[in-house]
Amino acid sequence: QSLCVHLNYPLYIRSVPTQGELKFHYTVHTSLDVVEEKISGVGKALADQRELYLGLLYPTEDYKVYGYVTNSKVKFVIVVDSSNTSLRDNEIRSMFRKLHNSFTDVMCNPFYNPGDPIQSKAFDSIVSTMMVQAC
Amino acid sequence: MAAAQAGLPVRLESVAGELPLPVFVGITNELEMRYPNHPSTNESQPHILGSLTGSAPHPPADRPVLRHPDTSMDKQEAWSPPRSPGISPPCSPSAYRSYPYGAQRNGTDTLLAYDGKVPGRPSVPQENSSPSHYSLKLQSEQPVITRGASVERLVERAEIDYSDEPWRITEEQREYYTNQFRSLQPDLNALIMGTVAKNFFTKSKLPIPELSHIWELSDVDKDGALTFPEFCTAFHLIVARKNGYPLPETLPATLRPGFVEPGVVTVPPSEATEPLIVFDDNMMPGANQLEMGSVDLQMTSRPGVTAKQDRREESRKPAEFSPKRIPDPHEKPIQRVSTLKPDSPQELDANMKSRTRPRSYSSTSMDDAMKKVEEPPTPPPRPQKTHSRASSLDLNKLFQQSGQGSRPSQHSLSAKSGWLPPPPALPPRPPATQIFSFLPSSEKSSQKAVQQPNFADFSKFREEDSTLRHQGHAPQKPVRRKLHPESQSATPPSATPYSAATLTKSTQRPPPKQKREIQMAIRKNRETNAVLTRLNSELQQQLKVVHRERVTLESQLELLRPVAST
Repeated sequence: QSLCVHLNYPLYIRSVPTQGELKFHYTVHTSLDVVEEKISGVGKALADQRELYLGLLYPTEDYKVYGYVTNSKVKFVIVVDSSNTSLRDNEIRSMFRKLHNSFTDVMCNPFYNPGDPIQSKAFDSIVSTMMVQAC
Repeated sequence: MAAAQAGLPVRLESVAGELPLPVFVGITNELEMRYPNHPSTNESQPHILGSLTGSAPHPPADRPVLRHPDTSMDKQEAWSPPRSPGISPPCSPSAYRSYPYGAQRNGTDTLLAYDGKVPGRPSVPQENSSPSHYSLKLQSEQPVITRGASVERLVERAEIDYSDEPWRITEEQREYYTNQFRSLQPDLNALIMGTVAKNFFTKSKLPIPELSHIWELSDVDKDGALTFPEFCTAFHLIVARKNGYPLPETLPATLRPGFVEPGVVTVPPSEATEPLIVFDDNMMPGANQLEMGSVDLQMTSRPGVTAKQDRREESRKPAEFSPKRIPDPHEKPIQRVSTLKPDSPQELDANMKSRTRPRSYSSTSMDDAMKKVEEPPTPPPRPQKTHSRASSLDLNKLFQQSGQGSRPSQHSLSAKSGWLPPPPALPPRPPATQIFSFLPSSEKSSQKAVQQPNFADFSKFREEDSTLRHQGHAPQKPVRRKLHPESQSATPPSATPYSAATLTKSTQRPPPKQKREIQMAIRKNRETNAVLTRLNSELQQQLKVVHRERVTLESQLELLRPVAST
């Protein structure tokens, strides 16, 4: 299971378990294509929260990839094992919501320049809590 | 100046070995010294401080000398005439800001010579020249030039106060912070923009990640701007860091914005810290505990309500109401709510004016459910202008429509008396949303409900105020708020302009409770719908698989039948 914050280049990646991270990198990159496809398909300018959640992007061999994009085109990608079927859609949604809020907290910090890798400890702790809950 | 600065590090290394020790020794000494010297003037404090730091390299026997600051003055002059200009500024804290940075440098320059003498003069009386000690402390504490002479003095002040609790802000520190705040933003109740604060704090020469961490800690309402208490917290953390204290992971209780209330006259510290400490405990562990924290806040605030003045009650009320809003947005980002909560008591106290009063009566008219649904947990703190706003009129109308006879009287203007009944009604604190749904059914909850929408109202106004005042940052708040009612199907899309959204929201408030219930039901139905849809799709897939199998089996059967028949 891993989580990634992307702006077409990774701003933040966290995995549990930590090995196999490269595989997650690859998965996330490929999933970006699907994300792009979904957001470019939207004709009207929809800013509704619901639309930001892209849902199950692509169920691959072992795991599922969920996507979420913000209004500023920052993408959140969550990869979970298929064995972890206990994760319902709503849980994923709430995870993305929390992520988004933590992300905006990080953004609010004037010392953070958009485009920098995210180094906020608060953000890290929130992500860790979430991943522990999900596992 | 540059030479002095260049000289500083050089000198510093030579004395660095002793200085860390002196600092700590000085701090422990301060503990003893502090109380006897506390009643003394500000001037003597720096003297003591300086003497303490100076005494570190000297035998402890010199400490008794500290008790006689008067005698030191003479020696002071003997040391360095150039430092005498520096003596006068310490006498007037207000002059700190204006104290020429260059003069401080001069003091440092001469201090370099002094440092050379220090090891060789064990009997040098310490309490003397405060500026010299300033510089000494400066050197010992901050090899980097700080943002100004004022900051250095502040560090000294901070040193004095670190003896028993490094995270407590003393009166003179607060005064200093106030002056600094005023230099950035004349209105004490206003916010300092993020960029302004960034430039200001960057002058302190702390590394950016540390400043970033300090910002995260001190900006509790996460609005990208600093209120006065937040500014004090941030400044204090910077000072602490410069003094070598490691940054905490979470905000200490004494630094919470609610704890330090600049404008409050009669807030009992115990009462103020109670909820805040609870906040602190509850905020840090995790998002899920924030609700608990809000419950505790309510509990602690409730006793205070009945016993205190209206203002206090009102300050509690928003705190109570904001927790109420928490359950409504289900799994909404609870962190945001809790961050808002510390903001609410803080802002309330900061805005203690009569504005808070009106809020109390206006709250009665609305359905709290409506409010919660539409208003993410924004604290009610910024009150009033409600009467001037259309929404308040709506509230008035609603109020009358609801037929609550007692309320209109509250509405009229002295709501204080009316304020009392609602707070006791808060006890059935909904830890979960289900309980919250019961609230509308109960009488008390209806009262609370009425109050809550008003808070939403106020928070809207507050947001509008902040929009007016801080255009750059206000949009962030509304965007944030929009994120919360994500599951709220009825809320307007966040794409709408902020002002339009607030207006629409304010107009939506008048609808009765049933609409809120309907919306809740709608939301629940949508969620169930989503779950069912997913289930459905999975079952469909299974059905397809099974069907395929069946087809293959049938075809196999067909193949076998002719064989069997033949």
